[in-house]
Amino acid sequence: MIGSSPLRRVIAHLLLVVGILIVVFPIYYTFVASTHSLQTILRPPLPLLPGDRFIENYSTALFGGVGRIGGVPVSTLLINTTVMALGIAIGKIVISILSAYAIVFFRFPLRMTFFWLIFITLMLPVEVRILPTYKVMVDLGLIDTYAGLIVPIIASATATLLFRQFFLTIPGELVEAARVDGAGPFRFFKDILLPLSRTNIAALFVILFIYGWTQYLWPLLVTNRNDMNTIVIALRKMISFADADTEWHLVMVTSMLAIVPPIVVVLLMQRWFVKGLVETEK
Amino acid sequence: MATVDLRDVRKVYPGGVEAVKGVSIAIPDKALCVLVGPSGCGKSTLLRMIAGLETISAGSVSIDGRVVNAIGPAERDIAMVFQNYALYPHMKVYDNMAYGLRNRGKAKDEIDRRVRETAEILELGHLLERRPRELSGGQRQRVAMGRAIVRNPKVFLFDEPLSNLDAKLRGQMRVEIKNLQRSLGVTSVYVTHDQLEAMTLADVLVVMNAGQVEQLGNPLDIYEKPASTFVASFIGAPPMNLLKLTRGSNEFAFANGAHVAVAAPAGAAILGFRPEDAEAVPGDQAPQAGLALPAVVEAVEPVGSESFLYCSAAGSRIIVRVPGRATATPGDKLRIGAKSEKLHWFDEAGKRVG
Ligand SMILES: Nc1ncnc2c1ncn2[C@@H]1O[C@H](COP(=O)(O)OP(=O)(O)O)[C@@H](O)[C@H]1O
Ligand SMILES: [Mg+2]
Repeated sequence: MIGSSPLRRVIAHLLLVVGILIVVFPIYYTFVASTHSLQTILRPPLPLLPGDRFIENYSTALFGGVGRIGGVPVSTLLINTTVMALGIAIGKIVISILSAYAIVFFRFPLRMTFFWLIFITLMLPVEVRILPTYKVMVDLGLIDTYAGLIVPIIASATATLLFRQFFLTIPGELVEAARVDGAGPFRFFKDILLPLSRTNIAALFVILFIYGWTQYLWPLLVTNRNDMNTIVIALRKMISFADADTEWHLVMVTSMLAIVPPIVVVLLMQRWFVKGLVETEK
Repeated sequence: MATVDLRDVRKVYPGGVEAVKGVSIAIPDKALCVLVGPSGCGKSTLLRMIAGLETISAGSVSIDGRVVNAIGPAERDIAMVFQNYALYPHMKVYDNMAYGLRNRGKAKDEIDRRVRETAEILELGHLLERRPRELSGGQRQRVAMGRAIVRNPKVFLFDEPLSNLDAKLRGQMRVEIKNLQRSLGVTSVYVTHDQLEAMTLADVLVVMNAGQVEQLGNPLDIYEKPASTFVASFIGAPPMNLLKLTRGSNEFAFANGAHVAVAAPAGAAILGFRPEDAEAVPGDQAPQAGLALPAVVEAVEPVGSESFLYCSAAGSRIIVRVPGRATATPGDKLRIGAKSEKLHWFDEAGKRVG
């Protein structure tokens, strides 16, 4: 450990506190703004303490519908975004763990070719292939559907490579012990590989959920209907160039609501992480 | 209840390494067969071919009279104990032992009965709810054994199961494995590079070298009549003393020119005798035995019950075992003798003659 002297400790803590303030203050300020009326917000300076419009603002946004995004309530946006983020996170994990399983534990023709093909797709993120993908989605009639939001971004070379690296650390003896114990490929996957991958899955889930939650470009293209928008897209739409047209108090509420689910996921998964980390062993 | 028959078994790994070059071994029912040899000689490969974890390039492996070449490990009815135990880290001891039975669709109460019985035998009863990481090395080893025993297979396969234990525990487990194997009466194949383990455990000892069987038989027979210099130097610790001889007119001389008359059989080129068969007397006396080599003590290694003298004689290193505390000190001149019936002779190629 560095810093055993009290002075060093004080300095270290001071730095941490300053850091936290810098990160937290804008969020706090957003929260404060979300509890005031539009008039208060538009008339500077904005107070530093929360106002009395908390319930009113939040219920208006959540259930009443917001004008600039076509009268859709924010609760609908939250549901859309949750479905998309969960779909992307779970889909990516399922697909990548299965591909990594095939690549590491099975000997099939062109195995390395497939591995490199997957690897090469790292160089083709959504942005690069966005026009052809959009055309495919249109042809398949998947515009304004959850499938259209999720499927095109569901394959993940990164996650596949991560799982592959992890699988390669599993001792060959363990695999052989399972074979001798009569575990076929499916049982081995279910009884041994999945439980051993718990921590990796939890970590990836957090990362991929947030990745899905913050998607912007693809949802912007593939959704036209207001009630299919995600919260990030809606936030952007709610802001007009003219201050007077923008319902800032509702924008602030939506911003607050937009960061809650990722925080919840991190907090829930963090406990899982720690449990997983403590139990991890080879 | 099973015999294991290997007929001219070969293994060529992809990439061309020929790890096993034609091995034939017939292991009788209930016998414990030990494969011993230096690292890389193909012991594990052979064992893994019996297990079905490695394909067989040529020849046949039969268990209980049935050729199993094309049969997977689960259907061969074998159980294996791995060097690093290979316990499932996320499962409790109980589940580690029960897993194989569950996969075979045994009834829950039968599994429970068998796991508890086996745990009883191995004194694992109080550990059933623990996970592998909460166990000591010795306990993990026991669980690995338990996982094999609980299945009640036709054949046990062990791949250096004791090599991760400390010396004392290794000695204990060696005795225990032998007793268990006897009482369960399960045919076993045991791989080790440790000659002491090999000697003490084996009913049938197979000494392997570079993918081939160097000698096969009863351990004491092998100790008393090693078929080659390789076996002679591998079995027995410290190893047999081996001295190169050159043929004079009709007597033998050592490579450095020293002449010592010995009655050697025809074709012999290498003389061998074991440290425990050697006798050392002070340099001015003559040993009773036929051989009498002048030697100088280089080092003395006291073990307690016995001491080993490391001497140099005729240009070679000779080890002599003396009982108890050694009186000789480094620099002493000695004469080393060995009874003529305790001498071993090998030809130019290292094969036993006589
Ligand atoms: N999977 C493999 N692929 C290629 N060569 C191998 C493989 N496994 C073992 N070998 C080689 O086969 C030989 C015998 O190995 P092994 O049976 O593990 O020896 P031992 O158990 O006696 O130490 C060695 O030369 C080793 O390098
Ligand atoms: Mg080995």
